[in-house]
Amino acid sequence: MPTRAGLILMALVLVVGTFAMTGPRAALLMVVGLGFGLVLEGLRFGFAGPWRVLVTERDSRGLIAQFLAIGLTAIIAFPLLAAFPEELGGAHAPVGIAMIGGAFVFGIMMQLVMGCGSGTLVNAGSGNLIALVALAGFIGGSFLGSLHRNWWTELGSLRVYTLQGLFGDNAGLFVTILLLIVIAALALWRSAPGKRIPPARLWWAAALIAVLAVLNLVIAGQPWGVVYGLGLWGAKLAQAGGMDVAATAFWSLPTHAERLNQSLLTDVTSLTNIGLMAGAFLVMRWRRAPDAQVAPISAASWGVVLIAGVLMGYSARIAFGCNVGAFFSGISTGSVHGWAWFIAAFAGSALGLKLRPKLLRPAPVAGRMVSA
Amino acid sequence: MMSDNLPGRPLVGTLAIAFVVLLLVIDTVQSAPINPFAAPPPVALGSGEAPEGAHCTQP
Repeated sequence: MPTRAGLILMALVLVVGTFAMTGPRAALLMVVGLGFGLVLEGLRFGFAGPWRVLVTERDSRGLIAQFLAIGLTAIIAFPLLAAFPEELGGAHAPVGIAMIGGAFVFGIMMQLVMGCGSGTLVNAGSGNLIALVALAGFIGGSFLGSLHRNWWTELGSLRVYTLQGLFGDNAGLFVTILLLIVIAALALWRSAPGKRIPPARLWWAAALIAVLAVLNLVIAGQPWGVVYGLGLWGAKLAQAGGMDVAATAFWSLPTHAERLNQSLLTDVTSLTNIGLMAGAFLVMRWRRAPDAQVAPISAASWGVVLIAGVLMGYSARIAFGCNVGAFFSGISTGSVHGWAWFIAAFAGSALGLKLRPKLLRPAPVAGRMVSA
Repeated sequence: MMSDNLPGRPLVGTLAIAFVVLLLVIDTVQSAPINPFAAPPPVALGSGEAPEGAHCTQP
């Protein structure tokens, strides 16, 4: 077992190695990714779990923390995007039929695999076997989704709307904060006593996530994302397997062709994804006693997890993002599609909670249910 | 710590990290070499350059 000094050394090697190979921006993004992993795993800040307990236990504490992180990020990101439009871009995408349907399916699947986009990476890095299987599917699904995304988008979509564009920069931020407060108030009103105010751990986590998200925007010029990197990983693996990925419609577009041709260590979301997994791994090894592995599930349930991972990646790709790229970064940079994603995914999540006990069965011998 | 016959978290976490390392090795073999002289400025803000990364919200 590595010592804690050894774990710190591993983190330093990762950052310094990235700097030596790729340069300062990549190293800074690796630091940001590590920070995300340390905070998400170390302070147990998540997305899928809080949505689950909001429905099943009327516990809104995790959702309030999510909204706090999004709101804090928006307060800084909106003025930055307004002041530096040439250097910074938001997570803005169109609302459309496939986008809404994709978010709905993503919501279902994230309750089946017990993790969202960032959650799957964090959980895999921290040694959760279900998440590792789901991650394999997620990578494949994200890549498949990229191959079909144009077809899905052409089913019908609006142009890109942002709250800044609709109401102006200041009013757009005001509307964003107001919507977050209204939904948070609704959640608080519906919550059970004692399950309304987040513990100190989540306040700290929300603040740190907001700081890291703003750093991601300032350093990379774009908001925090997850899915693009995973789809690119799938494309790289398909290419290694002999597929002419560069000839496909999506990956022949200049931006994506460039990413396909260049090293993953020059890709923004790959860097933060790698850092995120490494950070979660470091936290897991830092603990004196790692958490218990998930309870065994049946062979068929492992198949469900893999398929759910594929569908999660596929749906996130056609939905223009997951809980990070669409929900967190979309809303915190003013994209209307972020709000549409939230509504659709939350509805899907509620359905996923009903499907979960039917589709995920404990292993026959163990005879226990899966824990999140 | 084991849960019945499933591998423990340290082993699974190590496998996850090993997968990433393998992915980077495969990527290094098939991608263009990194040109350190073409590295972007450390921080996009204030660089005067448009963001050149890719994101899941891009068309």
